[in-house]
Amino acid sequence: MALYSDKVMDHFQNPRNVGKMENADGIGEVGNAKCGDIMRMYIKVDPKTQVITDVKFNTFGCGSAIATSSMATEMIKGKPISEALKLSNKAVVEALDGLPTHKIHCSVLAEEAVRAAVKDYFDRNGIPYGDELQDCAGHCDTCGHGCEA
Amino acid sequence: MKIYADHAATTAVSDTAMAAMLPCFQGVYANPSSLHSPGQRAAEKLAQAREIFARNLNAAPREITFTSGGSESDVQALRTGAALGARKGKRHILSTKFEHHAVLHTLKALEKEGFTVTLLDIPADGVVTAEAVREAMRPDTCLVSVMFANNEIGTVQPIADIGALCREAGVLFHTDAVQAAGHLPIDVEAMHIDLLSLSAHKFRGPKGVGVLYARRGVALERVIHGGAQEWGKRAGTENLPGICGAAAAFDEACANLKEHAAYLTPLRDKLIAGLTAIPHTVLNGDPVRRLPGNINVCFEGIEGESLLLMLDAKGIAASSGSACTSGSLDPSHVLLALGRPHEVAHGSLRLSLDVDNTPEEIDYILDVLPGIVSYLREMSPVWDELETGRRPHLI
Repeated sequence: MALYSDKVMDHFQNPRNVGKMENADGIGEVGNAKCGDIMRMYIKVDPKTQVITDVKFNTFGCGSAIATSSMATEMIKGKPISEALKLSNKAVVEALDGLPTHKIHCSVLAEEAVRAAVKDYFDRNGIPYGDELQDCAGHCDTCGHGCEA
Repeated sequence: MKIYADHAATTAVSDTAMAAMLPCFQGVYANPSSLHSPGQRAAEKLAQAREIFARNLNAAPREITFTSGGSESDVQALRTGAALGARKGKRHILSTKFEHHAVLHTLKALEKEGFTVTLLDIPADGVVTAEAVREAMRPDTCLVSVMFANNEIGTVQPIADIGALCREAGVLFHTDAVQAAGHLPIDVEAMHIDLLSLSAHKFRGPKGVGVLYARRGVALERVIHGGAQEWGKRAGTENLPGICGAAAAFDEACANLKEHAAYLTPLRDKLIAGLTAIPHTVLNGDPVRRLPGNINVCFEGIEGESLLLMLDAKGIAASSGSACTSGSLDPSHVLLALGRPHEVAHGSLRLSLDVDNTPEEIDYILDVLPGIVSYLREMSPVWDELETGRRPHLI
């Protein structure tokens, strides 16, 4: 059995929405280089409809970090912000036909990158948001980034 | 093009080794411990294999014990040194930070059993000095264990010098020669080695066969209890096909040491020169005092697993010390011991060559790799920060 599903390999080898975005409305960056993965997500938002009209990503990380970034951008592109915020790491894993257990934290990073980008958009535009949009979604059991340490 | 450049992980079994193994599956299949003639024929083969290892290491056949591989040999060697030390009230073991986990984890276990362990720091060139060993030696040191050549960065340690000073100090000396055996000349007498581990599958023998050399008078501590095989020091019916294959492979490798090194060294150096020409790339370990087939570099701003997957898609099989490939959160302990920061160690690549690698393959790797590195850097937010000055370049 291969390490990754065909879907993961497809998104790794042909990442969607990869690259920098000029004049992004929100930028979220999560992870750290010391741990070996960083995701940066850029979103463009239609101020009238609050729909994410465009999304791009830059990722430093393993195959699954790149694949989950790519999949997450596809899943929120063209969606209203309210829906993007509902994107769970589980949904990303399912859309990729699964990830090896020790790679689940990559999907958590993808979910957090989306939330961080939205939060940045809210901050820039003075849009209020609740406690649920913290810097970290608190998936400590799968994240392993050792924030508590 | 399909290129296998991961020979430090394992090698294909050579034709010579295959030919030596095959008769032992259905012809000479009897148990070497059996008294009957078929058993005695098997025992003869076993003795021949032992003699081959002894001859090529400058040891005596009685000093060669067959095991299941490098890890088992390491564990038994360390447990032997520890047990012999404990009997004399000596409970200090000296080793290095970049040993294989078979050594490091066994030392951890011994610490829990009351031994004190000192792990030497690794200099920037990846070569431990005999002087550092001498300075760390204590009156209660019972065992020194320093690997012959490092499995990741390929640096070759001054084994003869360390052996001489251990002999002088009356301290047992073990070397994990898993990466060196069959690739570098080894003389246990001249190098004053008391215990040595090697593994057959690193030099085109089969997997699952190892050797533990123990100098005469060094009574091995039993790790696998049971029957009286290997003079009662290692129980279990001998893996005769594997052992015969291992011996044939070792004989062949040792007979061709010089030719192989002469062939591989220029290929290695060409790869090192070509890869380190990529900006912000650094060679890990001394460029000269290293195994003839080992190349290990770090590329800043990218992560090793994605690099391996991209290489695999181009037909190149390689290895990395990134956390993702190690299955843990931390990157390679070897690269960290060498002083590479975490973020740099994540971007490591090891290519390990053997004589079946051709100059054309080297050209192909050099053709393909720079493009993959640029592509991944282009995608990397870390690289973006490095290039825009928001993060300082570390290499």
